[in-house]
Amino acid sequence: MSFFIASSPHHHLRRSTADLMRLVLIAMIPGVLAQWYFFGWGVILQLILAIGVALAAEAVCLLARNREPSSGLRDYTAVVTAALLAVSIPPLAPWWVIVIGTLFSIVIVKHLFGGVGHNIFNPAMAGYVLLLVSFPVQMTSWLPPATIAQELPGFWDSVRVLLFGFTGDGYSLEQIRRVDTGAMLDAVVMATPLDHIKTELAQGYTLSEAKSAIIFQGAAGTGWQWVNLAYLAGGLYLLKQRVITWHIPGALLGSLGLLALIGAVFAPDSLPNVDIHLLSGATMLAAFFIATDPVSAATSTRGKLVYAALIGLLIYVIRTWGGYPDAVAFAVLLANLCVPVIDQYTRPTVYGHHEERR
Amino acid sequence: MSAVQKYSGNDADIRLWSFPGGIHPPERKAPANQAPIQRLALADEFIIPLRQHIGALSEVQVAVGDHVLKGDLLSAPGIEHGLPVHAPTSGEIIEIGEFPLNHPSGLSGPGIRLRSDHLDSWGERKPLADYQQHNHLEVLEHLQHMGIAGLGGAGFPTARKVASAQGIDCLIINGAECEPYIAADDRLMREHADEIVRGSLILQWLTHAKSILIAIEDNKPEAIAAMRNALAQANENTLATQASELALKVVVIPTKYPSGGERQLTQILTGKQVPANGLPADIGILMHNTGTAWAVCRAIDHGEPLLERVVTLTGEAIRRPCTAWVPLGTPVQHLLEQVDFQPEAQQRVIIGGPMMGFTLPHLQVPVIKTTNCVLAPTRKELPPAGPEMPCIRCGACADVCPASLLPQQLYWLANANDYDGLKAHHLADCIECGACAYVCPSEIPLVQYYRQAKAEMREQAIEHHKAEIARQRFEARQARLEREKQERLERHAQAAKAREEALAARKQQPQASDDGAPRTPAKPDANTDPVASAVARAKARKAEREAARAESKESPAESATEAAPPEDPKKAAVAAAIARAKARKAAKQKDEDS
Amino acid sequence: MSWIIGIIALSVLALVAGLILGFAAIRFRVEGDPIVEQIDQILPQTQCGQCGYPGCRPYAQAIADGDELNKCPPGGQATIDRLADLLGREAKPLDAAHGAEDVKKVAVIREDECIGCTKCIQACPVDAIMGATRQMHTVIADECTGCDLCVEPCPVDCIDMLPLPSKPERWTWNLEQIPVQNITDAATAQQSQGGER
Repeated sequence: MSFFIASSPHHHLRRSTADLMRLVLIAMIPGVLAQWYFFGWGVILQLILAIGVALAAEAVCLLARNREPSSGLRDYTAVVTAALLAVSIPPLAPWWVIVIGTLFSIVIVKHLFGGVGHNIFNPAMAGYVLLLVSFPVQMTSWLPPATIAQELPGFWDSVRVLLFGFTGDGYSLEQIRRVDTGAMLDAVVMATPLDHIKTELAQGYTLSEAKSAIIFQGAAGTGWQWVNLAYLAGGLYLLKQRVITWHIPGALLGSLGLLALIGAVFAPDSLPNVDIHLLSGATMLAAFFIATDPVSAATSTRGKLVYAALIGLLIYVIRTWGGYPDAVAFAVLLANLCVPVIDQYTRPTVYGHHEERR
Repeated sequence: MSAVQKYSGNDADIRLWSFPGGIHPPERKAPANQAPIQRLALADEFIIPLRQHIGALSEVQVAVGDHVLKGDLLSAPGIEHGLPVHAPTSGEIIEIGEFPLNHPSGLSGPGIRLRSDHLDSWGERKPLADYQQHNHLEVLEHLQHMGIAGLGGAGFPTARKVASAQGIDCLIINGAECEPYIAADDRLMREHADEIVRGSLILQWLTHAKSILIAIEDNKPEAIAAMRNALAQANENTLATQASELALKVVVIPTKYPSGGERQLTQILTGKQVPANGLPADIGILMHNTGTAWAVCRAIDHGEPLLERVVTLTGEAIRRPCTAWVPLGTPVQHLLEQVDFQPEAQQRVIIGGPMMGFTLPHLQVPVIKTTNCVLAPTRKELPPAGPEMPCIRCGACADVCPASLLPQQLYWLANANDYDGLKAHHLADCIECGACAYVCPSEIPLVQYYRQAKAEMREQAIEHHKAEIARQRFEARQARLEREKQERLERHAQAAKAREEALAARKQQPQASDDGAPRTPAKPDANTDPVASAVARAKARKAEREAARAESKESPAESATEAAPPEDPKKAAVAAAIARAKARKAAKQKDEDS
Repeated sequence: MSWIIGIIALSVLALVAGLILGFAAIRFRVEGDPIVEQIDQILPQTQCGQCGYPGCRPYAQAIADGDELNKCPPGGQATIDRLADLLGREAKPLDAAHGAEDVKKVAVIREDECIGCTKCIQACPVDAIMGATRQMHTVIADECTGCDLCVEPCPVDCIDMLPLPSKPERWTWNLEQIPVQNITDAATAQQSQGGER
C-alpha cells in the first residue's frame, strides 16, 4: 500500500459534463411532448434517427482521431446536438434530411474543428442552416398543428412518410399539410405562423389581416405558442438546476422583446408584436437551449449579455427585413462569429487591476 | 471608559461588501470542532526544519549531543527578519542534516532532529511584560526572536510584516477559516478568545491602526460569541488603555469560500481591492490570522516562543477526529497514531484543507508553523479526481473565480505554453484557491496547470536574470582582458622606450666620461643592433625564470630533508603531488575500465 | 492638354505623398534593438563555447551573419525555437556535433585536492572562480553557468560538474516525480529513509 499524490483541490462539485447534458435533455422533454401533441409522431422519429446517427458519427470520428470513443459518447454532447437539430426541422421531413444534417453537425462542425469545446459554431444550428439552404422545400414543409389539421398521420403513417414520402393510404406530405380553412372551398397548404405573416405582409396585407388566418387561433399561432411555453418551462427548470444562468435567455428575450415593442409602437400594422416574436418560431428553444450552448457562446457574464442581446437583435432584423421567416439559426451563427471579439472586449477587470483600466 | 467603548454588540453599523465568484463546498467542520482542543502524547523524536517561513536560512546554534530545554534557541535569528527555531520540548539533539520537508514537493531540507526526554521542561522565558514601555523596535525584535510567523497562510515573519506596513488604518484579524474541514482557528477562538484580543491589541499598538476588525464566518456562532464576550471583558478590564478612538469589532461575514483569502477578506470588509503587485498595507490594511494574534500574546506576556499550534486532525480515515495542541516538529506519523488512523489503499494524507492542501508522499514529515490541518479522507468521502475531459467552455470557472480571472482562457494559454499570453491574462493574480477546478464539469485540474505555468514562468525569469548577469560578467571579463592586454603592450612600449632612452644616454656618456671598461662588450652591441639587445634581454629573462623554477623545485626537498615544522607550501606541494598521482591513476583506471 | 494636366496632378500627388512618407519615416522612427542584440538576449549566456565560438555574443553575431541556429546545447530546443521564431527561419533539431541538451549543472571544486594552479580561474568565462596562486580555489555557485570550460584545464581533475540540487522554492510542481513510499512495511521504509540520509 502506498500514499496517493494528488493536486489540490481534493474536493470536487461532481457535476460532470454528462450530468449537465442529461439535465438539458430532461429539460427538453416538455417541449418535445408539446411538439408531439401538435405535430404528431414525426418529431419522435426524427429524434430517434438523429440521436442514432449522431452517436454513430461521434464514435467513428473519435476512432478516426485516435480517441477513446466510450468517454466521448458518455458525455452526451452529441445527443444534445442531435436532439436540438431534430426538434428544429419539420417533423415529417424525409429521413435523409436529418441524416445529412446530423452528419454535417457532428463530423464537420464539431470534429473537424477539434471536437468538444473547440467548435466555433453551434453544431445543431450550423446543420440546420446547411439543410435550410440546401433543401428549402423539405425544410419549410411544416405540418399544421393538430388543432386545425384535418388529421395527423399516426405512428406508422409517419414512419412511411419519413421513409417513402407517402402514408399507407397513399397521401403525400403535401396532401397531409392541407388545412380546411372553412371560409374557402379549397383546403390550403398551411405555413408556419411566421411564414404566413411574412408572406401576407409582403403581399400588402396588414398585420391584423394576416392574423385573421385560422392558424392564429391564439396569441401567437395555434400550437406554436404552447410549444414555446413548454420550452420556456424546460428552460426555467434549467435555470433552477443552475445548468444555465439567466444572462443569455434574459438578454436574448429582453432585446428581442424590446425591439418588437418599439416596432409595434411605431408600426403596429406592419410589424408583429411582442407576443408573436417571443412565442412563435423557435424563440424559446433558442433562448434557453441553443444560445446557451457554452462552447460557442461568450464566456464572461458581460460577454454573455452582449452575445445574447446580439442574437435577439439579429433575430428581429432577419425576421423583419430578411428573407427567412424565422431567423434563430442565422442569428446564432452570426453571433458565434462575433464571440472572440465579444470575449476580447468584455474581459472582467481582474482583482487589483481596477486602477489600470481608468 | 477606555478604548473599546465604540465596540457594539451588533454589526448594524458595519457595511459588508462582496467579492465576485466563490463557492459553497460542504463545510464538514463537524466532528473535529466538537470537542475542546486536546493534548496528545509527546512524540519520541522531533524534526525541526530550519526554514519554516519565507526569509533567510538561520544558522544552527547547537551541536549534536547537546541537551536542550523547551524553548531554547536552536538557530539564530537570521538577517532580514529571518526567524530562529526553538526546541519544541526538552531533549537531546541527535542529528543535524537533511530531512523531509513539509512541502508539496516532498523534497528534503536542512533540519535538526531532537530526541525528547519526555520531561517537557521549560528553559528560561523572558516575557516583555510592559510592552508599551518599550519602543516598537524592541517589541518587534522580541517577536522575531520568539519566532512568530503568520499561522494562517505562507508563514510570513510577523515582525517583518508589521515593520514594513506604514500608515495602517485598519487591522483585520482573520478568523474566517473558510476552508472546509479545518477547525483550528474556530476552536482557538472559542477557548482562547481573550488571548487573541490581547494579541490583537498588541499588534494594533505596533501599527497605530485606528480600528481592529475581527472577521469570522457566520458558520462559527460559538466562536463569534466567545470573541464578543472577550471584547466585552477587554472593555471592562483596563486591558486596552490605548487611544480612545479605537474601534474594536467582531464582524460576522457570510460563509463563502474563499472569503478567508487576504485579498478577498479585504474586499468584503472595506470594498477596496488590494492593488495588483501591492500589499494590503498600500490601502491602509494589515491582516493577521487569529492564531498569529494568539502567538503574539503568548510571546509578549509569557515569553513563550512559537512552539506549538492547533492542528485539526480530521477525515474519515481518522477514527477519532479532533483538534489538538501539537508541538512544532512532531512527525505526522506520530500524530496519526494518536487518533486511530485507519488507512485504506491509495490513502491520501493532506496537509491543509481539501481546497488548497497538498498530499504527503510519506508520514515522516514534521508539523510546522503553517500546518493547520492534517486531513485523511476516505475515497468515498472525497473521491479522487476522475479522468480529465475536454473543456466545453462552459464558463463555470469564470463565474466562481474570486479574482475575476478567465480560468479557461488561462487553461488554453497554459496548455500552449504561451507565457506572454498568461501574463497578459494576469495569471500572477491567481490565488490558487481551487474554486475553478472544484466546479469544472470536465474535472480539469486547472490549478495544477496554473501552478506549473507559474513555476515555469518563475524559472524563465530566474534563468533570464542569471543569463543577464552572466553576460555582464562575461563582458566585464572581456573588457578586463582587453584592458590588461593594452596595459601590457603599453608597459612594454614604455619599457622599450625607457631602455632606448637609457641606451641613448649611455651612448653619449662614454664619450663624455671614459670609465666604461666593464661594460664595453655590451655597449657596442646594444648600440649597433637592437635585435641583439632583445635576444640578450630574452636570454636574461629565461635564465631568471629557470633560476626561480629551480628554487621552487628545490624548496620542498630542502624543507623535507630539514624536517622543519610543517610549512604551508611544503604541505600543499606534497598533497598536490599525491593528488596529481592519484588523479592520474584514477584517470588511467577509468580509461581502462571504459 | 488634358494628359499634361493628368501628369502634373499625379506628379504633385506623388510628391506630396513622398514628403509625407519621408516625414513619417523620420518622425516615427522605431529604434529597434539590433538583431545581434536580440539574438544575444535569447542565448543562455553560458559562454561555454560549445557552438564553436568564443562566447554567446560571437555566436549571436555569427547567427546574424547566417550561421545555423542549432548549435547551442545549453539552450536546447527551446532556444532554437525562439531563435527560429525571431529570425523567421526553420527550427531544426539540436546539432549533435556540438553536444546534447543536458540538465543544468554547476561546477564544484573538490577543495582538498586543489593545488591552486589558477588554470581554472583563467578558463572561467564569467569570473566565477575565486582563488589565488597556491591557494585553494572555489566556485561561486550562483555565478557559475555550468559551461564546463574549467574541467579540462585542471591538472589534478578536481572539478566536478554536478546537477543543480532541486530546491523547494524552485520546484516546478511536477507531482509525478515525487517518490511515493510504500507504507505497508513501515519498518523497511524507515530504514531506507535512514539509509538515504
